[in-house]
Amino acid sequence: MRPVSSWGRLEAPPHDIVELTDRDTVAASLARGPGIAYGMGRSYGDACLNPGGVLWRTAGLDRLISFDPASGRLVCEAGVVLRDIQKLMIPRGWSLPVVPGTQFVTVGGAIANDVHGKNHHVVGSFGEHVRRLQLVRSDGETIDCGPDRRPDLFAATVAGLGLTGLIVEVELQLRASTGPWLEAETVSFGGLADFFALSHESEASFGLASDRSEAGWEHTVSWIDCTSGSDPRGLFMRARPVAGRTGKPWRERSRRVPFTPPMSMVNRLSLKPFNALYHALGRRRTGVQVVHYEPFLYPLDSVLEWNRLYGPMGFFQYQSVVPRAAGLEATRDMLDAIARSGEGSFLAVLKTFGERPPAGLLSFPREGVTLALDFRHSRVLPQLFTRLDDIVRAAGGRLYPAKDARMPRALYEATYPNLPAFAAHRDPGMSSGMSRRLMGS
Amino acid sequence: MKIVVIGATSGIAEHCCRLWAAEDAADFVLMARDPAKLEKIAADLKVRGARSISLAGPEFFDPAVIKSFADATVAAGPVDLVLIAHGWLSDQQSCQDDLALCRESLEVNAVSPVLFAEAFAAHFARTNRGTIGIIGSVAGDRGRKANYTYGACKGLVGRYAEGMQHRFAGSGVKIVLIKPGPTDTPMTASQKARGVRLAPVAQVARETVNGIRRGRPMVYTPPIWWPIMLIVRHIPRFVFNRLSI
Repeated sequence: MRPVSSWGRLEAPPHDIVELTDRDTVAASLARGPGIAYGMGRSYGDACLNPGGVLWRTAGLDRLISFDPASGRLVCEAGVVLRDIQKLMIPRGWSLPVVPGTQFVTVGGAIANDVHGKNHHVVGSFGEHVRRLQLVRSDGETIDCGPDRRPDLFAATVAGLGLTGLIVEVELQLRASTGPWLEAETVSFGGLADFFALSHESEASFGLASDRSEAGWEHTVSWIDCTSGSDPRGLFMRARPVAGRTGKPWRERSRRVPFTPPMSMVNRLSLKPFNALYHALGRRRTGVQVVHYEPFLYPLDSVLEWNRLYGPMGFFQYQSVVPRAAGLEATRDMLDAIARSGEGSFLAVLKTFGERPPAGLLSFPREGVTLALDFRHSRVLPQLFTRLDDIVRAAGGRLYPAKDARMPRALYEATYPNLPAFAAHRDPGMSSGMSRRLMGS
Repeated sequence: MKIVVIGATSGIAEHCCRLWAAEDAADFVLMARDPAKLEKIAADLKVRGARSISLAGPEFFDPAVIKSFADATVAAGPVDLVLIAHGWLSDQQSCQDDLALCRESLEVNAVSPVLFAEAFAAHFARTNRGTIGIIGSVAGDRGRKANYTYGACKGLVGRYAEGMQHRFAGSGVKIVLIKPGPTDTPMTASQKARGVRLAPVAQVARETVNGIRRGRPMVYTPPIWWPIMLIVRHIPRFVFNRLSI
């Protein structure tokens, strides 16, 4: 038994860790369950934890199996880290269609949480690009499924939080890439109405009906200064691939937070100056420039173990999505509630999602606007979260399980209506802290 | 670049090969005990950019077969690099209780690696070029009660490499002795279960590949093991024997 924590570092319960290193022997290891697959441990709460029980670590299942350079189809094991694929494939003219805000996640984890990226309005979520996956169930059965083979089980496995079996092998459709360079622009904005106008202007040309045009921006995301009230200022960052032009040479340089400070570095004293500084630095960058994809798409990856900055108590993330029609009001209400609680967030991120059918039964992304917030551990949080839950629920939205460590079961059941259909596909040998908290088993 | 890897399913060797495949589009000749596992690694290296891969049937002990393997491999085309990486972390208590196991550990971890090194060195001496990388271990730097069978094997490999470095001094042939600390690979699963801190295998592989490229005689990886072992080697015996390390 060894202590394991997830990215939020809220707890480090003991686990019985089973290393998977050979895809042909996975079935035998699953007999030791119930348990849950653990890749890079980047989910924030208990989705990847199974306190007191078995964790199947997939880091050793990291082999590529085949690649067809003509079609861009890549077959690989589920423990392959997205960064490895990007580094290998971008020079060959292919890239992952969807990558979340960090490259340090596994393919299996990206499917089990059906992750999204800054280009959701163009390509949707990760699960939309999976052509086939191989699932090993705890009874020893190996099942191939995909959009055209056992589509019901496939839809349950995408965003299925690892609960339908262990994903061992995956076939992905990569997307043609023009190379590592992006034309990026930072636009400073003064309120939520500006944010929605910028989103519309940047993304409208990618709508389902219209053609892609030069005017569109493939990647969009905004940082907001959540200490600046309920109509916050912020930075709208957008980018699109650019061929034939290169920017400043990008040298990968990662720093590491060397130790866990005794208290959270993000606190009442630091929050305002941090946000003001970030805003001021961002404003100096406004305008169009050519940048490398890594610092644009994964800004936090250059600071390894940044989660330590929140101190020994860890931190919470709160990511919601609400329909666009209710987006302005709900976002304003949430920011208002946060301001009144006296807490605040440094990594406050706002982004619109496109209108696409969900890839999985329990997929988080839906048409609307998503707000991601981080909170240090504090006494007022339970009350604040209850207030935020009410706003999200009233607006017809929902929360992102990959970021969650505390959502009430009633909220989950009310906002994920496909839950009963999902239950039929569960593997009884798969269980996590999250599944017991939200589904009862 | 043509690279021969003995023990290609070892975690460190596999990760070194990934770097050589992606960065040098190398041609590989791979040998390992488990053919099914080797097939998977070969497929992986192919996708990562290896130009060609041929798999050799496993033979780790018969000197005549080892020699003819080296001869045939060199005859098929000049070899630039040989990485000798096979090994088995034998349990110390079991080696003390079972002499057959003790002998097996000595053969796998000490005798076999030097036979491969000697077999290829003969060819490299003739052409005056080529690099032999041998995976030793920090465990070989000083005998300790916790693992002296394995440590003695790695010590023998290290001393052998030192002799070959002397032999090839000033020539075009490089002998690189790599001394990893405990590394996160399938071989060390039992250490990991006991909570030993292990270095990430990708980092150890990166430093191994860099060391081999520069032809450095000795590579401690992670580098912190160099000062640690300097101290461990120099602790006086009357102090050392009272320590439980």
